[in-house]
Amino acid sequence: MLALALLVAASGCASTGDPRDPLEGMNRGVLAFNDAADNAVLKPVARAYNYVTPEPLRAMVRNFFNNLGDPWIGTNNLLQGKPLEAITDWMRFAINTTIGFFGIIDVASQARLEKHDEDFGQTLAVWGVGNGPYLMLPFLGPSTTRDTAALPVDWYKDPVLTARPIALRNTATAVRFIERRADVLAVSNTLEEAALDRYVFLREAFYQHRRNLIYDGRPPRERPPAD
Amino acid sequence: MWKTLVIVALALFAGPAPAQQPTSPDELVKKVMLDIQNAIVADKDMKAGDRDKSIRLIEEKALPYFDQRGMTALAVGVNWRKASPEQKERLVQEFRTLILRTYASSISAFADQKFEFRPVKLAPEDTETTVPVRIVQSGSQPVLVEYDMEKKPDGWKCYDVRIAGVSLVINYRTEFGILVRDKGIDGLIDALTKKNRSLDAKGGAGK
Repeated sequence: MLALALLVAASGCASTGDPRDPLEGMNRGVLAFNDAADNAVLKPVARAYNYVTPEPLRAMVRNFFNNLGDPWIGTNNLLQGKPLEAITDWMRFAINTTIGFFGIIDVASQARLEKHDEDFGQTLAVWGVGNGPYLMLPFLGPSTTRDTAALPVDWYKDPVLTARPIALRNTATAVRFIERRADVLAVSNTLEEAALDRYVFLREAFYQHRRNLIYDGRPPRERPPAD
Repeated sequence: MWKTLVIVALALFAGPAPAQQPTSPDELVKKVMLDIQNAIVADKDMKAGDRDKSIRLIEEKALPYFDQRGMTALAVGVNWRKASPEQKERLVQEFRTLILRTYASSISAFADQKFEFRPVKLAPEDTETTVPVRIVQSGSQPVLVEYDMEKKPDGWKCYDVRIAGVSLVINYRTEFGILVRDKGIDGLIDALTKKNRSLDAKGGAGK
């Protein structure tokens, strides 16, 4: 915690003056903290996990956790006025939990019931709540004020975080976190290579990705300017 | 300049190859992607992440179908018009190198992806389109990769690639904008040159 405070203080003045990001100094500090934690602990653990777990088993772990998320994704689709998508999500959960052995096999995708990506932050966005200032969250990464405010609702509805006994909850949460980190190892390496300023690059990618999710993959396009 | 080189190379090694290429944008994307995937699957070095080899593969198989000037202009954004012809030339050159380096280091992941291609509907007079390709993964939402293409005198060219809605090109715009604001166009060129050099030093020289 002290280290975090020091990092925040150390990078307090770096700012590129983006109006979406008034807290850039603090956010850069949190990113530095996240990177330090990632390099020291998360990335090595994720690499080790990748190394000892064969891909078919990893897919089962991934499927298991993703399946647990489908009912809440369905609820969010319903709240966003997309009942057909909601029904798909709940059907996915019903099929995968039964025929798919508690979700470890994603039978529903093979049956062309596509997985969606929704959360309460997106629902608020569809309801017209603006992004608010950009926030870099410790361990969790890029977010906005709106999405951060929505997180407790997602957590409250998260079967992993609300699992009991506590030991089970902690183990499941840790495994899921490592699995997700392992999934994006290749992407995060690319990010490091691609960016001139990683902080800005990550922020832009986040905004683009988030916008795409909110528009369900159909945001307006752009063309190159003439010479 | 590289365009001339490619034309020379094609002329030398492949004869009248361009004539055999698919003329529709969706067929072109499909062919290029599968060609690259097959080449990686067949090559142990590239599967293990040999970057120099991957760079050569992309240069040969994919780059001829990219509108590099258009990509660079899109990434530079409003400042593009302020650049002199020489600066534009340099920007295109450095941006091309950067994209190539980055792309090449992640290409080994291509080996075991499952692609789903869908035809695009196109009227004969259409000069631009988006070709969607879905990467299907069990248990997660399929990843949509979109190729924004424009019809040029020498065939369809891609000027932007979006992965799950994140445009690799547009993602640079803010960064580039900050650099131009603080250090001018030459400052941006310098930053790109430095970045490319550091990547070369890290991952073994490109070419």
